[in-house]
Amino acid sequence: MSQEFIQGVVVFVLASFVGFEIIRRVPPTLHTPLMSGANAISGITIVGAIIAAATGSGIAAGVLGFLAVVFAMINVIGGFLVTDRMLEMFKKVPGKSR
Amino acid sequence: MIELTFTEVIIALAYLAAGILFIVGLKGLTSPRTARKGNRMAAVGMLVAIVATIVFLVAVEELSSTTAWAIIAAGIVVGGAIGAFLALRVQMVDMPQLVAAFNGFGGGASALVASAVVVGTDALLPTEIGVTTALSLAIGAVTLTGSMIAYAKLQGLIGGKPVAIPGGPATNAVIAGLMLIVAVFAVVTNSPAAYWGATALALVLGVTAVLPIGGADMPVVISLLNSFSGLAAAMAGFTIENQALIIGGALVGAAGMILTLDMSVAMNRSIANILFSGFGGTVASDEEIGTKPVKRATAEDAAIALSYAQNVMVVPGYGLAVAQAQHAVKELATALEKRGVNVEYAIHPVAGRMPGHMNVLLAEADVPYDKLLDLDQSNPKFGHTDVVLVIGANDVINPVAHTDENSPIYGMPVLDVEDAATVIVVKRSLSPGFAGIDNPLFYQDGTMMFFSDAKKALEDTVKAVNEL
Repeated sequence: MSQEFIQGVVVFVLASFVGFEIIRRVPPTLHTPLMSGANAISGITIVGAIIAAATGSGIAAGVLGFLAVVFAMINVIGGFLVTDRMLEMFKKVPGKSR
Repeated sequence: MIELTFTEVIIALAYLAAGILFIVGLKGLTSPRTARKGNRMAAVGMLVAIVATIVFLVAVEELSSTTAWAIIAAGIVVGGAIGAFLALRVQMVDMPQLVAAFNGFGGGASALVASAVVVGTDALLPTEIGVTTALSLAIGAVTLTGSMIAYAKLQGLIGGKPVAIPGGPATNAVIAGLMLIVAVFAVVTNSPAAYWGATALALVLGVTAVLPIGGADMPVVISLLNSFSGLAAAMAGFTIENQALIIGGALVGAAGMILTLDMSVAMNRSIANILFSGFGGTVASDEEIGTKPVKRATAEDAAIALSYAQNVMVVPGYGLAVAQAQHAVKELATALEKRGVNVEYAIHPVAGRMPGHMNVLLAEADVPYDKLLDLDQSNPKFGHTDVVLVIGANDVINPVAHTDENSPIYGMPVLDVEDAATVIVVKRSLSPGFAGIDNPLFYQDGTMMFFSDAKKALEDTVKAVNEL
């Protein structure tokens, strides 16, 4: 087992814990924007897609890389934009807000 | 100890920065006040990760061919345009299916990244990398087709009702078992054909697993697929040894898992029960339901009760979302508030078609978020509430959840609307809700049944209030 892999496991477990701890406190009112925002973050696979597209050789790798970038980009741009659209609508009672 | 080059250190730090921005962004999403900023910080994190990756690839001369540049640029433009188009055009009521679709694209992208590794390496993958590659392919593929089916159901392309697959849950177990065997074979033999076989089985499993799940269970399914899209990204991260994917994927995997557990608790069912069985409730016969007497209300009756109340609690349900009556309910609230009535909203965790969906719909109709109460906030208030207006909800207000141990919803957290002086239920008919059980609340003394489409009922009631 490589050093990178075991480091990856450490990072994975720690990040999962951070995720659990933060999300546990999200009020139900924000569950939908949270999910679409988190969804956009899972588009981080765009990084892998770019690497695959850059380093792959041959037609098959090119096609897979291209599709991966397209799919991930839909996820990233769509996810962040739609979350912003939703959150724009959340307003406090007028007068109560500062 | 292997010394890292300067560029390798920079890229590692850039990914760390992106990870921190994701975490701070998610933290921002925990409060309505900071949520928008949080989302934007996460977006900045993504930009940092993307730019750093491209710069790194150029610096180490991995990204030099025109073809590679063209593929990446075209992919970013095409994907970005599709994403922006979908995000800017979507109606709030259609949000669940859009999120489902985005989950699918995310999972699909991760599976494609892992595919590229399988295609691109002739060398034997180390066992642990083989395992994460297979997991990324399998989870990503299930997420892709499962999300597409969820999308089709929510969009009404195929019926929302559970679709029985031949053989039932056993078929899914067989497909999952086969997939596992083929995946293990792939890892052991490093055979691309076996990886593709496992992926194909996963694609099928996504379809057969989601098809039998009913529309009302979709909140759980979307949450789970959300979690899967994160896990697939994290697994792909192990395969290509990329920390950014591992961090981002783990965060999303954990977030989705929490929501999934929340939802299944709110529906009083285990995740296994939702995924692997049709709902096994005892269905009350139509005869039994039709014969009991109920007190009927007209728009005028509702208007009088609501107008002379001090505290009104609106309980919006699935029926309100389907009828797109969020603007009508806001209109009614405004009319009542003009008369000095205090109007608040009690929202059950599974009220809409995805977690928090009802809140988004009401926010769209300009209902301030501090008027939206969750289960724990609203239950103590029903005792001081004069009138509860239930719109298109049934199981989530059924008191048998407290009283009848034999009921399939026994133990499910419900809104205790029976504590209020008067309950007005707007509903199309007396037909039982999703769980297929009768609701004794409908026959209680303090309950009035207003049989109508949600939107029409609210509009008529607004008219009646204004005429008082």
